Amino acid sequence: MSFLPYAIAAWLFVIGLFGIVRSRNLVITIASLSVVQSSTYLVLLGVGYRTGAQAPILADIPQVARTVDPVVHALALVDVVVEATLFALLLALAVQGHKRYGSVDPDEMRIMRG
Amino acid sequence: MAVLGSSHITALPVAIPLVGAAFIVTVGWLLPRLIDDVLASAAAGGGAALCAILLVRSAEHPSVYWMGGWRPRHGVAVGISLAIDPVGAGLATLAGVLVLAALVYSWRYFDDVHGMFHALLLVFLAAMTGFALTGDLFNLAVFFELMSAVAYGLTAYKIEERGPIQGAINFAIVNSVAGYGIFVAIAMIYARTGALNMAQIGAALDGHRPDALVVVAMVLLFLGFLTKAAAVPLHFWLADAHAVAPTPVCVLFSGVMVELGVYAVARLYWTMFAGPLSAHTGQLRAILVGIGAVTALLGAVMCFAQRHIKRLLAFSTVSHVGVFICGVGLLDAGAAGGVAAYVVGHGLTKAALFMSAGVLLHRFADIDEYDLRGKGREVPLAGALFAVGALLLGVLPMTSTFFGKSLFDAGALHEHYSWLPTLSAVVCAVTAGAVLRVAGRVFLGWGAAAPRAPSAASIETTSAAAREEEPEMLVAHDRTPAVMLVVPAVLLAAALAIGLIPGAIPGIERAAGHFTDHRAYLGWALHGLPARFAPVATGHLAPHDFLYAAGATAGALGLAALALFGEGLRARLPEAAVAASGRALGLLRGLHSGHVGDYVAWWTTGLAVIGGISLAELT
Repeated sequence: MSFLPYAIAAWLFVIGLFGIVRSRNLVITIASLSVVQSSTYLVLLGVGYRTGAQAPILADIPQVARTVDPVVHALALVDVVVEATLFALLLALAVQGHKRYGSVDPDEMRIMRG
Repeated sequence: MAVLGSSHITALPVAIPLVGAAFIVTVGWLLPRLIDDVLASAAAGGGAALCAILLVRSAEHPSVYWMGGWRPRHGVAVGISLAIDPVGAGLATLAGVLVLAALVYSWRYFDDVHGMFHALLLVFLAAMTGFALTGDLFNLAVFFELMSAVAYGLTAYKIEERGPIQGAINFAIVNSVAGYGIFVAIAMIYARTGALNMAQIGAALDGHRPDALVVVAMVLLFLGFLTKAAAVPLHFWLADAHAVAPTPVCVLFSGVMVELGVYAVARLYWTMFAGPLSAHTGQLRAILVGIGAVTALLGAVMCFAQRHIKRLLAFSTVSHVGVFICGVGLLDAGAAGGVAAYVVGHGLTKAALFMSAGVLLHRFADIDEYDLRGKGREVPLAGALFAVGALLLGVLPMTSTFFGKSLFDAGALHEHYSWLPTLSAVVCAVTAGAVLRVAGRVFLGWGAAAPRAPSAASIETTSAAAREEEPEMLVAHDRTPAVMLVVPAVLLAAALAIGLIPGAIPGIERAAGHFTDHRAYLGWALHGLPARFAPVATGHLAPHDFLYAAGATAGALGLAALALFGEGLRARLPEAAVAASGRALGLLRGLHSGHVGDYVAWWTTGLAVIGGISLAELT
């Protein structure tokens, strides 16, 4: 297993954070957050990957076959569910923010500070 | 009966609120509000009662429940476990009690609330309970995400207003980033150990020196959970979320959710990392106590600087959580017991204080300290609650917070951090002084009607911003429902009395001693062995505990008096000193910019700095 997935994951994590920090548009902020999240998929799947192994659908293959680790797939699936919930909520907040503030720029959406 | 009693009851505190929530969401909107109120309160109360049973049962014999009967074989766990010990069960009980209190309080707090609010609170309770009881690392993260997602929704409950949108977005994005760090860390731990059960991970890591992978995973986990616990510089979301969330929700955020972040750090350290880091405890202690001390001081200063009462209480929570982080960070059984007692006392007190602030919001549709000057005379009982709450924050002797602080102090002295008792006394004095100041101004009409000419421009912007912000109550009410005063009064009475129950404080000390026993945990939580703990010495109060408490209370009274009547004294201070302190405060407040990008930049900086220090010191 090469280091490549982890390098890409680290890059996605950092560039996503950079996107959130620099964003002037809440939709882009949320998209950047999903970039950060993508890095977690890569790490999870990279950890369980085995070269030349089959998908872990154990009912259809002989018991002796090498499979990739099914546990990390389950974890990644949970991660996807979390993402679906969270981004639906965040995008709804962004829509509502646009209605109330007339803007999706985080700079304009600051009535509390200090 | 014994079989049923000892096993399946364990999963019910998580299941009951979830089933209740599902029922209310599906048919609750057809039913009258009263039925929703009763059903939700019954579900929360039932969950709390079951957790209390688990607490009593686990006091001597911690137990493990393997879901679906997937028990571990030869130390390898495939299934997911709930590992019940008194610390976890106690926190779950606190969560259940506070959710019940918040539900009863909101019977009359909201004029129009539909079943969705009840359902969200119940899911929140299920997530917090599961978080406190689980013995599985990934399960912990899942309950963390569930708790977070519900909390974002609850923060934005008043979606038609502007403040909640800003608060919820800042809360959601910062905490989600932290959650992704936790996922990455779990993948790293799984890659190293092939395990997700905390005890099995602990067994696999035991006897190995900490390498870069373990340290990075630990930092990501700790900082992820400390984001929820609002450790500086990961804390910025907290005040924004607390200022705008409905009052019954703030009760839960400050009373128990934030503390669960500290709990997770303690749980992970003593189950997983105590083995590999046994040679580096001194360095880890310095790092964690450092984070906690900065958090405590910054929270205290920001607390005293607020005029938005809920924001003031929010920063008081940041400050006290700083003390909790120090207490856990001491990596000492005695200090951990102190934190456990302190969390209970603080949670009940802070819940009552937020509810008293909610009385003001409900009656006057305003939460600004200066706007409300003298108006509080209409609700003197709320003023009394504020004052008692302040005294509890200021560690009034023989109350729960006092016992917590005295145990914490003993732990700090044991680990040779002799300045920590003073720091925590200062935190108590400043946060209690701020609450007393509010009580004096709002309920007695003492002090100035408007802030003195601000020496820093940013303070003016803040007050303008506070005014511009729409309050969560748009309509003022002529009378205050009795239940809104009874519930906080009961919570405060519990905070006053709980330390005096015979055996309560030694019980907490023993529970913490068992909680911090790494070897014993592996035995009972993974191998199903009868728990064998080293004997725990329970402490006795020392004279200096009363000195610290007297100092904190006197300091609180003095600070409040100074803030209310100290105008003449302030005029005599050198001009340069006043201007400099004003500028410093302005700078500090300017950092809390309300901009999510800034908050994430601070989060990243915190991760880089603390991660860098940890890598250098711990490998």
